[in-house]
Amino acid sequence: MMDVEHIEIREHLRRHPPFTHLPLERLNTIATAVEIGYFRAGSDILVSNADIHDLHYIRSGTVDIYRRNGELYNRLGEGEIFGQLSLMTGHKVRFPARALEDCLLYFIPEALFRELFSEDENFADFVEIEDRIRLRKAGVLQSGNNDLKTTRVGKLIKRVPSTVAATDSVQTAAAVMREKGVGAILVTVNGQADATQPPIEHDDILGVVTETDLCQKIVAQGLELDTPVQEVMSDQVVSIDEDQYLFEALLLMLKHHISHLPTLRRLHLIGVIDMADVISYESQSSLFVVRNILIQENLEGLRQLIPDVRASFCRMVNEDANARMVGSAVAMIGRTFKQRLLELGEQRLGPPPVPYCFLALGSMARDEQLMLTDQDNALVLSDEFDPQQHDGYFQALATFVCDGLAALGYLYCKGGVMATNAQWRQPLAVWKQYFTHWISQPKPETLLNSSIFFDLDGVYGDTALAVELQQLIAQQASQAPHFLGCLAFNAQNRTPPLGFFNQFVVENSGSQRDSLNIKRRGSAPMVDVIRVHALASASLAQNSFLRLEDISAAGFLTAGMTADLRDALEFIAMAHIRHQAAKLESGQEADNYINPEMLTRFDRRNLKAAFQVLANAQKFLKYRYRPR
Amino acid sequence: MLKNFSNIVIGLGRAPHTLPDWPERYRQLAEHSRLEPLRHFYAQGIVAGDTPLKAVPFVAMDFETTGMHPQIHGIVSIGVVPFSVQRIRCAEARHWLVKPRRPLIDRSVLFHRITHSVLEYAPDLSTILPDLLAVLAGRVVVVHYRGIERPFLDRSLRTRFNEGISFPVVDTMALEARFHRTHLHRLLRHLIGRRHASIRLASTRTRYGLPQYGAHHALTDALATAELFQAQVAHRFSPETPISALWC
Repeated sequence: MMDVEHIEIREHLRRHPPFTHLPLERLNTIATAVEIGYFRAGSDILVSNADIHDLHYIRSGTVDIYRRNGELYNRLGEGEIFGQLSLMTGHKVRFPARALEDCLLYFIPEALFRELFSEDENFADFVEIEDRIRLRKAGVLQSGNNDLKTTRVGKLIKRVPSTVAATDSVQTAAAVMREKGVGAILVTVNGQADATQPPIEHDDILGVVTETDLCQKIVAQGLELDTPVQEVMSDQVVSIDEDQYLFEALLLMLKHHISHLPTLRRLHLIGVIDMADVISYESQSSLFVVRNILIQENLEGLRQLIPDVRASFCRMVNEDANARMVGSAVAMIGRTFKQRLLELGEQRLGPPPVPYCFLALGSMARDEQLMLTDQDNALVLSDEFDPQQHDGYFQALATFVCDGLAALGYLYCKGGVMATNAQWRQPLAVWKQYFTHWISQPKPETLLNSSIFFDLDGVYGDTALAVELQQLIAQQASQAPHFLGCLAFNAQNRTPPLGFFNQFVVENSGSQRDSLNIKRRGSAPMVDVIRVHALASASLAQNSFLRLEDISAAGFLTAGMTADLRDALEFIAMAHIRHQAAKLESGQEADNYINPEMLTRFDRRNLKAAFQVLANAQKFLKYRYRPR
Repeated sequence: MLKNFSNIVIGLGRAPHTLPDWPERYRQLAEHSRLEPLRHFYAQGIVAGDTPLKAVPFVAMDFETTGMHPQIHGIVSIGVVPFSVQRIRCAEARHWLVKPRRPLIDRSVLFHRITHSVLEYAPDLSTILPDLLAVLAGRVVVVHYRGIERPFLDRSLRTRFNEGISFPVVDTMALEARFHRTHLHRLLRHLIGRRHASIRLASTRTRYGLPQYGAHHALTDALATAELFQAQVAHRFSPETPISALWC
């Protein structure tokens, strides 16, 4: 007999995958067999290695799933399931679960789960694939509930809007935009707002001025810098209410070809939302690629995703993502390729004989990866590692992964910094000796080749091993002035390509004639400079932007200096990124060579300014850190 | 006037001092009851007062009635859901419609949507009594507001067999009142007025993050009560709390 409370349960189940497509009789069977339990916020639902005999379904509340090392693995909400992996792999809890909020759970008996799994293909697919994606990716994707259709605009408004008066000059407007770090400014009757004044009303907004307006109207038309903003602003102000959803904001922007929307609360201005805010909130395209990587069963399948990777890169650039967003999205894709290759490698070679951690080095570790990049990687093995017994396995695994990465377009590292190299496939104790040696007995020559190891991150396996190395580096490096001096010395080697009279220095022969290598002469030396300060301030961050925050917080550089470095790095990286996207879109391979003559005058001037910041920062290093 | 009512309410929230020794009471009733189904019911006993909640078998029970007063109103439906503080077992849930001996009042139809025609062919309570007692036997009954289920069942049996029934109940509304004295006036309104227990149940459930159910069905309300009790134990008590601290 189908009772009303069973109907209540059934109707909830059928609104959530993988139950949505099950036939009604099936759902009825499940609903009548369900048991229910309540868990208070903070209480343990599944404890590691305990017995488990039910599939867990969240009727209400939020549940955190952990790795055994205590790291948060995933966060699940209403209508989601957990425990399936443990059920399929033998009745012991593999991923402990704890109630984040008060929870009501439905327990679906194991026998029923097995029946569904073996008889219903869709159900099995969902459980297997979804599981892998949702659980494995949680660590990479960090935040969960990014949905354009459920998130309201107001949530992304973080600061008061910047405004100028209609009669202010464009130069003033540009100065305010630069000072506030915004890409658009509102033009109002009274100009600059502050907390003491009444909130700006909708009707007071006369127009919007964006970076693009300044570029196109001032630079292109050669207007004077004291031109009043009202002459260049767009006076068709399209605004949005804070209660509207992000996808509505995006639609409005696309419809009107604008990238900024004044946001209102009851007809009063509370801020401006721009397209980059929306994109960063939902980097859907790269997430889609990541999902696809995880379900490929072989290298050929992965190779077929290369066009998607490139497309998502171009899409992000076109959608106004900033350098940090692009860099971390590309790095995320790169990590996912590595993870999937390692999984496939393990499938082929069997489970690893001792725990290990696969390291990303360089740009991937910093979350600053772009197209066309070397595969810099290494293996940290558990100290139980015995070369005689175990190295055959790890050598084969490393070869499989590195060859796979090469096939996916990640070039073999010319310096041999790869896990296939026995020197970089060592137990934790040996790695600690390496770092201790580099830090305590530094020579500029040896450090030249090892600076790449000082940007490291664990991408797969027992990532605690990588954290241990990061901590060792942060502790030892900050106490080693001679090491910092050598590192600073090396960081001055590659000067920015500026000559006398502040002209760009370009290659004067060869295939890259008239171009400059923006990676080698721009972003790489910038990263080197930031790394020195970061190690001096014992920062654990790997990403250059995060390192700058730590450096500023530790007082190693003034806020003004770190702001200059951040802006310069952002500009150099964006020039690089836009160049690569343009190459890809015209059907060519991405590279690192920019011809300054092809830039707009506006970009050229900014690039020079950024290089100037780099040159000054390199000089500053000379005074700050000296080798003994 | 108001003060007196408050006293009554606070009295409800605390366990009275003159609680029966329930296992002993069951033993006596098993010997002295004149009705075979009841003798059988009592003979299966009940847990001792010092039993921790985690070891107590519970059953959540909810009635839909034609009104608030056992003397003049009757039962129209019964929902029961056996459970423990760990698990609620939906597979063992039962639901019966029963035909009240007193006429259905139109106003009550509005609440539980059980109409005359539906009840026309429903059995009398005496027919389903053995099945009902089989579910209740050996379990501690959990209700939301103790003024309905036990008095109505007791009264219905007296009417039919000239002998009532006695069993311990845990009242989730009274438990809640222990922690929400400031809500006394609401409880008061509830006591002196109509039975809007489901509305109260719904608002209490919201406090514990429990989902909203369609109200006024005996089985949904019984399930909702079982879930609420699990939540109360998780938040206010512990699986080690002796049942004597809660039953009445």
